Amino acid sequence: MEPVLQLVPYTGWVYPNETVFEWSILIAVYPYITGLVAGAFTVSSLYQVFGFERLRPVAHLALLTSLSFMIFVPTPLLLHLGHPERAFNATITPHLTSAMAMFGFFASFYVALLIVEGWFANRPHIIEQAQKRTDLLGKFYRVLTLGSYDLSEYAMRFDRKWIFALAVIGIPGAHGLHGYVGFMYGSVKAREWWSSDLMAVIFLFSAIISGVSLLAALYVATCKMRKVPIDLACLKGLAYTIWAFIMVALVLEGLEFASLVYKGREGVDMIMQYVTGPLLIPYFILQFAIGAILPFLWLSYMIWRGTSGKALVIGVTVCACLVLFSVFMMRWNVVIGGQEISKTGKGLMSYQLHFWGKEGALMAIIVTMAPLGLLYILTRLFPPWHDKATDAH
Amino acid sequence: MNDEKTKPSLDARRTFLSKLGLAATCTGAVVGLGAAGALKTAIAKSESSSSGGQAKPGAAADRKSFPTPDYDWNKHEWAFGVDATKCIGCLRCVEACKRENDVPANAHQFRTWVERYVYLADDKHVHIDSQHDPVNIEASGSEKTFRFANRYKDKKVDKAFFVPKLCNHCTHPSCVQVCPTGATYRTEDGVVLVDETYCIGCRYCVQACPYGARFFNEETGVADKCTWCYHRITKGLQPACVEVCPVGARIFGNTKDKQSPVSLFIRNSRVQVLKPESGNAPNVFYVGIDKEVN
Repeated sequence: MEPVLQLVPYTGWVYPNETVFEWSILIAVYPYITGLVAGAFTVSSLYQVFGFERLRPVAHLALLTSLSFMIFVPTPLLLHLGHPERAFNATITPHLTSAMAMFGFFASFYVALLIVEGWFANRPHIIEQAQKRTDLLGKFYRVLTLGSYDLSEYAMRFDRKWIFALAVIGIPGAHGLHGYVGFMYGSVKAREWWSSDLMAVIFLFSAIISGVSLLAALYVATCKMRKVPIDLACLKGLAYTIWAFIMVALVLEGLEFASLVYKGREGVDMIMQYVTGPLLIPYFILQFAIGAILPFLWLSYMIWRGTSGKALVIGVTVCACLVLFSVFMMRWNVVIGGQEISKTGKGLMSYQLHFWGKEGALMAIIVTMAPLGLLYILTRLFPPWHDKATDAH
Repeated sequence: MNDEKTKPSLDARRTFLSKLGLAATCTGAVVGLGAAGALKTAIAKSESSSSGGQAKPGAAADRKSFPTPDYDWNKHEWAFGVDATKCIGCLRCVEACKRENDVPANAHQFRTWVERYVYLADDKHVHIDSQHDPVNIEASGSEKTFRFANRYKDKKVDKAFFVPKLCNHCTHPSCVQVCPTGATYRTEDGVVLVDETYCIGCRYCVQACPYGARFFNEETGVADKCTWCYHRITKGLQPACVEVCPVGARIFGNTKDKQSPVSLFIRNSRVQVLKPESGNAPNVFYVGIDKEVN
């Protein structure tokens, strides 16, 4: 079982209190999930706001994915808190100088936005089911209609206007939410590995690539499950999006690291010892080489050669999975990595991941996968495959 | 034709939305009143518990002479001095602190600790350890009593000294800045405390402290740290670590009293603080530390 204290082996000189590891894998899962929310919403917005027609087959799925993951965002935090029953203290009496205090407000606002936008987008289906069904589920749909059964052209135009407006508001909403998560780390001056002005932007771009990749993987998986042909133009659109944003993400992370090394402030020796030692595989090999550069080159090749058919599907799916892995590694390397470098600048700790327990690997897997279960239920209740409200767009 | 058809539905929609708006306003008002009530309760609770803070809640309720009947925090501005040239590394301060404040009896969580810096003749790197080091724990034989092992007895030592450490009770504490609930706060007399009845245990403050002075107390489920023995100093006593120091390496007092030991220590010595670049403006002043100390 999980020990009471997360004691960590260390080398060099570390403060006595640092020998207990405070932020576990769950705190790496938290920004990972919020990133997926923001990234998935980006896909939805690219279609709803920016008119990327080829993304239509995934636009509605993107919205449901964003909502499913958003609902689970507080879970890792609640599991981590010493007093989860007091979690609302941060909302009732927010301490305005704290980056963390605003989380409740940002998250609530964004969940509300997703629900309202989802309601507008699903209205035709809700009304259809409410009128057709007589069972308990029918009652559920009738409640969801909120008394409005109007599907006239004018009403639909009205709905589309709302969807558009909410999507426009949602862009700063989703990215604000995730940028703010990056700021939570970037603003901690006690940790050299975190304390960076670029952190929020890096979080944002990695969030976008993770969300778009999730959508690509989900789209291929759902097409296979539903035994329908994959819209290659849509998949290519997602591939282009990943490709474009991965480039920015790579440049930003490269700049961040270069700037840290070039400035060479106090403690940089320990950071160099860390990145070339314990972090060599998770950072350079897993996050950068396998998770980012390989998919970038692969996607570049497919775009250059105009790859199509099965090769495109396999290529994009594998690249998407690699990017998803890379972004998780990025969260891990930031959250866990930042704590492995001692605040003394003279020692290193080594986080021991346990499998069982409230903050173990199993729980992290469950928390990360749970939104997919919710997404499955939501896609059954509100099939995203035929979006009538957006079809006429 | 189309417009005529859609007009009634538009009216219906407008009526529906206006009803929805009215309902939302009513709900908002009810929730708002509820929230205001909750806020009031929370503030009242927070205020009453902050009278003791981590230093035993409920110690006093008399607002006029907060936080104890005979103590006025407006007349005090506490500060701490450390004369590292005097410290002998006996670790009585660490043990006294653990006992006085019910600090978990283990070798990983401390409100105060002592660091040992050793420069060997044939080694350009400084050797630093503290009482939590496994070699020292083995020497003490338990995680409840502490001592420094004589690990350098066969080496030629060029220079060696001890440095007592504790919370710096900063004027601009980053732990207070990041606390999402305001459960950790700085008192009027300059002490950073944690309201353990309000802290949610997120540990953001533990991350934000540049000095590693905070830890998460598994027993209470909240952040824990040095209080300068607030329950003692507000009664005219010295912090436990200062009280037991046999050599006077720890100096504590009120800087508003120009003749207090700490005022004289700061005035008569060339003092320095740890990590001044953090901008935290620490209030623990050191004499006799070396460049490697941070």
